[in-house]
Amino acid sequence: MNQDQYRILSRRFDRRDGHRLAAYEADGGYRSLKRAVGELGAAAVREEVKASGLRGRGGAGFPAGVKWGFVPQGAETVYFMVNADESEPGTFKDRYLLDYDPHAVIEGSAISSFAVGAKLCVIYIRGEFGWLVDRVQKAVDEAYAAGYLGPGAFGGAYELEMIVHKGAGAYICGEETGLINSVTGQKGQPNIKPPFPAVSGFLGRPTIVNNVETVAAVPWILEHGAVAYRKFGTEKSPGTKLFSVSGPVRRPGVHEIPLGLPFREFFTDWLGGMADGEELKAVIMGGSSVPVLTAAEAMETALDYESLAAAGTMLGSGGMIVIPARCDMVELIQVLMHFYWDESCGQCTPCREGTGWLHRIVKRLRRGEGAPEDLALLERVCDGMAGLTICPLADAAVMPMRSFLQRFRPEFEALAAGRRATEPDSRWAREIRS
Amino acid sequence: MSVPVEDGTGFGLGEQDAARFAGILARYPTRRSALMPTLWLIQDRDGHISDAAVAWTAAQLELSEAKVREVVSFYAMYRDRPQARHVLQVCHNISCHIMGAQPLLAHLEGKLGVRRGETTPDGEFALEGVECLGACGMGPCLQLGKHLYEHLTPERADALVDGLRRGDPPRPDTDRDLEG
Repeated sequence: MNQDQYRILSRRFDRRDGHRLAAYEADGGYRSLKRAVGELGAAAVREEVKASGLRGRGGAGFPAGVKWGFVPQGAETVYFMVNADESEPGTFKDRYLLDYDPHAVIEGSAISSFAVGAKLCVIYIRGEFGWLVDRVQKAVDEAYAAGYLGPGAFGGAYELEMIVHKGAGAYICGEETGLINSVTGQKGQPNIKPPFPAVSGFLGRPTIVNNVETVAAVPWILEHGAVAYRKFGTEKSPGTKLFSVSGPVRRPGVHEIPLGLPFREFFTDWLGGMADGEELKAVIMGGSSVPVLTAAEAMETALDYESLAAAGTMLGSGGMIVIPARCDMVELIQVLMHFYWDESCGQCTPCREGTGWLHRIVKRLRRGEGAPEDLALLERVCDGMAGLTICPLADAAVMPMRSFLQRFRPEFEALAAGRRATEPDSRWAREIRS
Repeated sequence: MSVPVEDGTGFGLGEQDAARFAGILARYPTRRSALMPTLWLIQDRDGHISDAAVAWTAAQLELSEAKVREVVSFYAMYRDRPQARHVLQVCHNISCHIMGAQPLLAHLEGKLGVRRGETTPDGEFALEGVECLGACGMGPCLQLGKHLYEHLTPERADALVDGLRRGDPPRPDTDRDLEG
């Protein structure tokens, strides 16, 4: 099978000059924006994207066109924000779009802003992507100079301002209300919804926040049409999706696939299977926050929103973490619980305290100081967190915790019985493979 | 818009940074929304955000010092005190852990003679473990300034430290050889 036929979003990833305006324009770039403003109008753009079935690629999978439709009719000031805070462990797909194809992100952002009637668009890039902040800013400057943005753009027909905003190291800013508060100049602590940002967001005005990968698909959809987009993927999960794959497989990295692809085929044909000397143990399909699957479960599922839900997990961000047999699952969950504890914004008690408790109980187990009742205790702490907080960060910690405990219980039980964990694997991955 | 480059706080911006600050104020819709880029402007110049800088920023953006300070302390990348010349931030999250983050940290501890979280006595190097840097398929990795070093091995880690000591570090993996 020719895997290149599915490359919509990644079609310029191999080019050395794809980030330059001239190269992008020569490739047909900015035609869709011109057509949107000059011919189609905002309503037709919204309809086309809605018809394409494009779903939010940040993790939630909510249909983008439907989200755009939540902006109240006749709203005077609307803001559009692009979530490039890519911080979900295992996820590094948006980074490729920003790096290799920044103008596709800018054009998609401009079309999306136009569709919802926004005059200001903020691209929020995580602070750790310092070099990408510079690259995207350069591209934005090029787009201004070429007359696609700013005063006088399109003969005054659509004058969008675009800000590249640099985050400063906070996972929580990937949550849309946290992101909006961050741009406001505050701590990135989320708000209770409703009101949803589409009604009351940045500065109390309607605000749409979309993921980088979502907006990057928009120019292609306008150029080729919703019908062409729906030729890829399944009925309910249309289109293509970037998966960023980490762990000891032969071809880690960012791969674009048609949604609905069987995992087995992706694993064998796209990833080339495990690296030499490694054996598949488990897979986290969509970023660290989704439930883990055993190797056997993974092999029976397919990569789309519905199949993964049926398998008891989620497609999430497409940040696929491949876990080899040599890994101790309790050690890995300790790493993850440290992360959620570190990143909890501290607003809600169940999350602030619960993430710390989970981390400390797992740590205690691994030190050989655990007790058999610790497993039930972990479950009870999870019960006191899930669904009880302002934002989904608590759930994001609970989903891996519960699923690791459920699917790899014997490893926890051995520790709870008083066995001390083996020392953390101190070998380099390449030593293990050689 | 005229921007005073100095005020009673004893902190001031040079002409170039004052122009940048004016640009930020012009781009962002409210003064408060200009806070994060203003803090970056200051930290990029000074390496950290001093008490005087907090007071200056609060005055400029018409915020209380507490509102500025809470933002400085909330975000992991803003620093409120001077830093080592080279801060090596090794990702210790799950994907890098699987590919060898712990041995990388241990190797750098040996190489630098400090433990994670510490700074070398000469103030040249600090070693930190940090959460996911978004280089999961290229781990283990570390962040240095605006860039990442990826696919690290003991040899590449040594070459980086030695190169930094000589003032001639290897090119970061994210500083790709692209035209322009």
